[in-house]
Amino acid sequence: MALFEVRGLTHFFGGLRAVSDFNLTFEGGELMGLIGPNGAGKTTIFNLICGVYHPTQGEVRIEGRNLVRRYPHQVTAMGVARTFQNIRLWPEMTVLDNIRVAHNYKLSYGFLDAIFQTSRYRREEKGIDRKAEEVLEIMGLRDYTGELAKNLPYGLQRKVEIARALVIRPKLLLLDEPSAGMNLGEKEALIGLIRWIRREFNLTVWLIEHEMRVVMNLCEKIQVLDFGETIAQGKPAEIQSNPRVVEAYLGKEID
Amino acid sequence: MSKYSLTILAGLFFVLAVGLSWTGTLSSYTQLILMFVGVNIMMSSSLNLINGYMGEFSCGHAGFMAVGAYTTSLLTVWFFTTGSVFGSNVLPPAWAVALFPLILLFGGVIAALVGLLVAFPSFRTRGDYLAIITLAVNFIVKSAIENIQPIGGARGFMGMGRVVNGMKAVADIPWMMIWTWIFAFLTVLLIKRFVSSTYGKGIIAIREDEIAAEIMGVNTRRAKMVAFMLSSGLAGLAGGLFAHILGYINPGSFGIMKSTEALVMVYLGGMGSLSGSVLSAVLFTLLLEILRPLQLYKWVVVPLILILLMLFRTEGLLGHRELTDVFPRLKRIFGSREGAHGAL
Repeated sequence: MALFEVRGLTHFFGGLRAVSDFNLTFEGGELMGLIGPNGAGKTTIFNLICGVYHPTQGEVRIEGRNLVRRYPHQVTAMGVARTFQNIRLWPEMTVLDNIRVAHNYKLSYGFLDAIFQTSRYRREEKGIDRKAEEVLEIMGLRDYTGELAKNLPYGLQRKVEIARALVIRPKLLLLDEPSAGMNLGEKEALIGLIRWIRREFNLTVWLIEHEMRVVMNLCEKIQVLDFGETIAQGKPAEIQSNPRVVEAYLGKEID
Repeated sequence: MSKYSLTILAGLFFVLAVGLSWTGTLSSYTQLILMFVGVNIMMSSSLNLINGYMGEFSCGHAGFMAVGAYTTSLLTVWFFTTGSVFGSNVLPPAWAVALFPLILLFGGVIAALVGLLVAFPSFRTRGDYLAIITLAVNFIVKSAIENIQPIGGARGFMGMGRVVNGMKAVADIPWMMIWTWIFAFLTVLLIKRFVSSTYGKGIIAIREDEIAAEIMGVNTRRAKMVAFMLSSGLAGLAGGLFAHILGYINPGSFGIMKSTEALVMVYLGGMGSLSGSVLSAVLFTLLLEILRPLQLYKWVVVPLILILLMLFRTEGLLGHRELTDVFPRLKRIFGSREGAHGAL
């Protein structure tokens, strides 16, 4: 059974077909890129998978379990985590709290446990603290634990966002333009980081990216989207020489 | 040791307030003010949960207070007194001593259920639109009570004084002072524990970025439901106490004015600051009493203070911070293992 499967995913915004008949299969362990011009529907696909929108048609399965028509927090609990195009940390919370809140998906204690601080509550909070510090340590964010998220420089905020996603112990990690707004040095570091977390956490990574240097360098396979339709997929070298892709990005040559 | 100093201080205050009321050292007017301070602490800190921590704008908090006030009053008067509305008492008046806190809690539960009227719409709307809904709930509650004639309608409802007298007949101690401050302490403790748990911090994440909260695993519907029910339930408790302190309630006292008072206290103290809410409830209650000689002009002066506050200190006295963040020295006394954002 495939780890992750998308079949015939189609979505309309009113009369606009934003995504049409999108298909994808991950066996597990892939590092896949999703590219396309602005407005091609890339982020929409991520939103459909995460439960932000419910698709008009199609099915999405992780380990055989259906993801469609579930709430985002349920999708998260099933092992899909993501980061956002424009960083969406909780700015007025500390880095540690940003990481801690992400543990909500599997809290077993309830309201009353929190109020009476039962032994179950204390045990679980202790575990969360330990795990949060572990992740921050691994990601090299130890020194920023008590810092408000909004006070961190851009590159570090990205890192915290990735750390927050890793807390969920995802099977599939979706990265929405991770290199946006980064300088050359930061991009190089990001490529290294993504490769490393994939190995370290045994992840399948699927990323949207505009920066060709990053995609071509990082991804083993790339899928190209234009106006909601898949126009090409294959290895980076094949994509670069595909006439339809060139056309989508640069326009058609006038004869 | 420092971990318990806040509890010790609170205990000391409690013993003093109750003791001095019992010996009669405090005039009954001072006692009344002191009890209102307690009720207002409950109102402001419970509203802060929604407006400060969750970042919604609820402006109908008095509606839930009314539900709590009427529910508990009707029950205590029905159970423990003989009157024109319910006939003779069902239970011996002395039982009120034991049953009063339970009835109070029941009033809180009913108020929490009415809180669902706001919680459900909050799944789909937020911001200004939700604010209008909270306003509407306030009006619905108020007009509903005004139109139920058997419980007095717009004229109000009384008889709670006899319930309190019934308790005094058992033991002549300042019952309402005791209950008010016990519940005020419990309210603050409960909210503090809630917002410092990973579970409760989900509502802060909703304030900061709801979509991110939802995608990163926070069950936002459940979180909103819990927050609204907790907040309105605590307001209901405050209402029940308020009714039995005064001995008389009417729908007019739970109008938009009362909701505004609660809002002013939250903004005066600072959004998302529990110690700010406590501080501002004390200041605000005292301020209103000090300005009493101005009579109606009080309502010119108080809003003016609010305008000045918003101009020069938008965040309120302690916006998103606690007393220990502003005066780090306090940490040595009231040190908390939570550090910056957990300490009171």
